[in-house]
Amino acid sequence: MKITEEMVDYVSILARLKLPQEEKTRMTGELEQILAYMDVLDGLDTSGVEPMSHVFPLKNVLRSDEVVPSGDRAELLANAPVPDEAAFLVPKTVE
Amino acid sequence: MELWEFTALELGGLIQRGEVSPTQAAQVALDRMAAEQDRNNAFVTRLDGETVLAQAAEVEKRLAAGEKLSPLAGVPMALKDNICTKGVRTTCASKILGDFTPPYDATAAEKLKTAGGVLLGKLNLDEFAMGSTSETSYYGPTRNPWDLDRAPGGSSGGAAAAVAAGECWYAIGSDTGGSIRQPASYCGVTGLKPTYGSVSRYGLIAYASSLDQLGPLARSADDCAAVLELMAGKDRRDGTSLDAGWGSLTASLTGDLRGLRVGLPSDCFGEGLDQEVRAAVLSAADVLKARGAAVEEFSFPMMKYVVPTYYIIAAAEASSNLSRFDGVKYGWRAADYEDLTDLYEKTRTQGFGAEVKRRILLGTFVLSAGYYDAYYKKALQVKALIKKAYDEAFEKYDLLLTPVAPTTAPRLGESLGDPLKMYLSDIYTVPLNLAGLPGLSMPCGFDGQGLPIGAQLIGPALGEAKVLNAAHAFQLDTDYHRQSPVGKEAQAK
Repeated sequence: MKITEEMVDYVSILARLKLPQEEKTRMTGELEQILAYMDVLDGLDTSGVEPMSHVFPLKNVLRSDEVVPSGDRAELLANAPVPDEAAFLVPKTVE
Repeated sequence: MELWEFTALELGGLIQRGEVSPTQAAQVALDRMAAEQDRNNAFVTRLDGETVLAQAAEVEKRLAAGEKLSPLAGVPMALKDNICTKGVRTTCASKILGDFTPPYDATAAEKLKTAGGVLLGKLNLDEFAMGSTSETSYYGPTRNPWDLDRAPGGSSGGAAAAVAAGECWYAIGSDTGGSIRQPASYCGVTGLKPTYGSVSRYGLIAYASSLDQLGPLARSADDCAAVLELMAGKDRRDGTSLDAGWGSLTASLTGDLRGLRVGLPSDCFGEGLDQEVRAAVLSAADVLKARGAAVEEFSFPMMKYVVPTYYIIAAAEASSNLSRFDGVKYGWRAADYEDLTDLYEKTRTQGFGAEVKRRILLGTFVLSAGYYDAYYKKALQVKALIKKAYDEAFEKYDLLLTPVAPTTAPRLGESLGDPLKMYLSDIYTVPLNLAGLPGLSMPCGFDGQGLPIGAQLIGPALGEAKVLNAAHAFQLDTDYHRQSPVGKEAQAK
C-alpha cells in the first residue's frame, strides 16, 4: 500500500505527535516499507478464525469492597512537571 | 577464581555458610561496576556505594538474627530500568521519563527485596524496551562486553552486559518479543522468559501488555530457576498473573533427559540463519541426545508469519499504552506550548525517540478506522493459528530447540538505519510471546570472531521445569556459560 504524508499527518494527529518535515518524510517511507512487509499475512487464509486477544482463558474476578490505602497525594504530585499542592496544572482548556 | 565469576547460587551458598559476607559481595560488585561502566554503559543509574552497602548490612543483620531469607539472600543484583523502584529514578531509557522517581516498587522488585536481594542499580535498555540492540537508549548505547564495538542485543542489553561483565550475579529483564533471550544470547549468559502471567507485571512500565513478561538473566539455568522462584506468583495487582504450580523449580533440575522428546522446527534452520550459529545449535541438540533425549526435525510453516503478526500487535498495544505520557502527571514536559493540545504534541514529539514514535505511528495506523480489519484483526487471527500450531507441536514433543537469533552480535550502528531488517532478526523469539510460552536462551558456542552463540529451548505453557532441566543438563556437560569476556575482548575483534 502507498503511504502518503497526508496519511502520516492524520495518524500523527490521532497519536498526538507533530513530526518535523524531515522526520515525517523519513517516517512515511519507513512505514510504507514496514506495512508492505506486513502484507505477507494476506497469504494466510484466516476465514472463520476467531481473533485471539489473550492466550490463556481469563475471567473477571470480584474482590470484596474494602478500603485500602492508595498513593499519597503529595508523593504522587511530586513527579508532576507542574503541580500545585492539590492538582496537576495544564494550560486553560475552557474559556 | 574471582568472586564475580561464581554463579548467584554459588555466591548465595558462600553467604549462607558465612564464608563471604553480603557486604563483601556488594563491595566486589561496586568495584566491578566502577571498572566497567565507562566501557560498556550497562547502567542508566548506579546506586551510590553507601546505599548499596547499607542494604547489604541490613541483609547481614537479618541473616545473623537467624531469619530464613532465600538461597540468594545477600547476592547483589540489578533491574532493567523499566521496572519501577520506590525512590530510585526509573527512566525506561527515555527523555520523557528522565526525572521520574516511582512512589512504589514493582511486585518483582518488592519480592526480591524481601528475599534479601541487594539492588545495585538500574540497567540500560532500548527506549521503552523497543529495539533489538539497546542503541535507542536516550542515555547512550550499551556495549557488548565481548567486543565493545558491538551491540549487546536488546532490549535488555544492559542486563545481559552487566551479568556477562561480572557486575552483578543476576539481573531482571523484560521480554516482549525476545528482549531477555536475544541479549542473553549475544552476551553469552542464560536468560529465561517465563510463561506469560507467571511473574506479576505490576510496576513494569508497559510496552505491549499482552506480550510483556519479566524474567531473569544470570550465568546458569540453575540461577534462573532460583530467581524465578522468588519472583513468580499470583498478584492481586496484575489481573493476568497466575499461580504456576511448578513446585520447586530448583529441585526439578535433575539433569536426567531420558525419554525427553525434543523437536527441531526445520523452518528455524533454513534461509537467513548464519552457518556458524546453525552448527552450534545443532551441536547443542547432540548434547541433549547424549543425555538421553530423542531429537527429531519437524515442519513449522507458521514461522513465515510470526514477525508481521508480532509487530502489528506490539505496535498497536504500544500506541495505546504510551498515550499516558503526556507531560501532565509525571515525566518531562516541553518548555514552550500554547494550549493543551500543543503541550501534548510538543512533549511527545520531543520526548520520545525515533523508534518509539515509529511504533506509536504504526500502532495507531493499524488500529485506525479503515485499516483495523486488514491489519490488527488479521494479526489476532494469525496469533490464534500460531498458538494452535504450538499446541499441536507440544502433542508430539516435550520441548523445542531453535536458534535465538539468526546471527551473533551486530556492530553498533549497523541495525539502526534499517528498522525492517532489525525487526526480521527477531524471528525466532517473537512467536513465544504471541503464544505465551516459556523460552530460555543458553550459551552454546562461539563464532569465528569469539562472539557468543545462543540456543533457545521452548516449552509448553507452564513447562518451565522441563525447559530449565534441559538447560541444566546441557550446562552439566558444557562450560560455555562459565566463559567470561573480562580481559578477553581484545582477542574477540
